[in-house]
Amino acid sequence: MTYQLAISPDFKPELISDWFIFNTWFQRQWGQGVHLELHQGFDEQHQALNDKKIDIIYANPYDMSRLVREEGFIAIAKPFQKPDEAVIASHIDSGIQSLDQLTAPLTIAQADSPDVNTIGMIMIEPADIDPADIIVKGAPSYVSVAKQLINGDAQIGFFLAEAFNELSRLVKKQLQPVISSQIHMIHHALLLSPNCSEHINTVREILLSMHQDARGNEILKGLGIEYWEPMEQEDAEFMVDLMDTLIT
Amino acid sequence: MNDMQPDQIVGEYVEHTLNFYDGSSRKILVTEIETEFPKGCLIVSRTDTSGVITHCNESFVKMSGYAREELIDQPHSILRHPDIPPAAFADLWNTLEKGEKWNGYVKNLRKDGGYYWVYVTAIPNIRNSVTQGYTSVRREPSRKKVEECIKLYPTMF
Ligand SMILES: Cc1cc2nc3c(=O)[nH]c(=O)nc-3n(C[C@H](O)[C@H](O)[C@H](O)COP(=O)(O)O)c2cc1C
Repeated sequence: MTYQLAISPDFKPELISDWFIFNTWFQRQWGQGVHLELHQGFDEQHQALNDKKIDIIYANPYDMSRLVREEGFIAIAKPFQKPDEAVIASHIDSGIQSLDQLTAPLTIAQADSPDVNTIGMIMIEPADIDPADIIVKGAPSYVSVAKQLINGDAQIGFFLAEAFNELSRLVKKQLQPVISSQIHMIHHALLLSPNCSEHINTVREILLSMHQDARGNEILKGLGIEYWEPMEQEDAEFMVDLMDTLIT
Repeated sequence: MNDMQPDQIVGEYVEHTLNFYDGSSRKILVTEIETEFPKGCLIVSRTDTSGVITHCNESFVKMSGYAREELIDQPHSILRHPDIPPAAFADLWNTLEKGEKWNGYVKNLRKDGGYYWVYVTAIPNIRNSVTQGYTSVRREPSRKKVEECIKLYPTMF
């Protein structure tokens, strides 16, 4: 049997080959066939879930609720100290340096990353902009969110903090952060579907000791993960509760 | 809960006595000094089913003015401010006990007698259909909404 591995579609495009290398290493350690399927966006990934075509997933926190509570997925591991934090930025000449300078109507550029966008929306709440006066413009990547700001197509943009920090100097010079989240509790996680429940312990052991293996450690570095930390089911349940308080 | 002591208070204070739902009471000392919500943070706590604090995050500890050890195992009403009408908390408890989510604007009391406003979302932690406790997440409130509450709450006593 070949198991299907899925990665939250908001992964960094530069890391495609690193995820394939991860998969090669992982299936060798596990001794089972694993196929890495990179979905084009969250809709496609949700369809794959509907079709029961995902056995292992590195999931966005936003999807944790469905995975854990509806599909019975089991939490295995999370990347050590790698929370998803959001940065709201504006063009350097926009005159928007703080939230109280936001005015309606407000155009926001955002990428396809539901947890970052949820955090972004929460952070602008104190500015009291009527939701009817908010126009959201989707973008295929964070670089293109930056471009919308630079071109004056949006007043603010939502970024994953890591992606904002990694923008090129030339781009970053034209932007300014307005506010950054410091939540520390929202992060991606690796989950197993109930089909694989007999493999939980094996998979957990492989991941938790990955950094102790020379090759494994190198692959983790490539993915920007120091090491995998254990994640209990209650940790996942708690994150579902937390996300639930943010989605209203 | 211990009464508040003058040597812990910063600034001029007024004394009040709070009577709690469980019949106990506490002498509190209240100032007019507001602490601003920490930008970009969430203030998070968890309680057992009776409202006793079991977990809290760093922002919660910092904003309360207490040490973590002074908060864990205490009733959540350690933060209760006399300006919030009991009806608000009755509504919170009724809603949570029905298994639903509660939202509201709350002014909390700090150890130093000062206060901070938050927008609260509290939900039951349901595991295998049983409520194990509650989680509350507080975010920065809209100032406009806070101003509305400052007018409304005194009429609700
Ligand atoms: C999850 C949760 C969070 C709460 N957060 C607060 C809070 O931040 N401030 C507060 O005064 N009461 C909070 N309460 C309500 C208190 O438990 C309590 O009902 C309230 O302070 C009034 O005290 P009393 O019910 O003893 O009269 C919370 C309750 C729960 C279950």
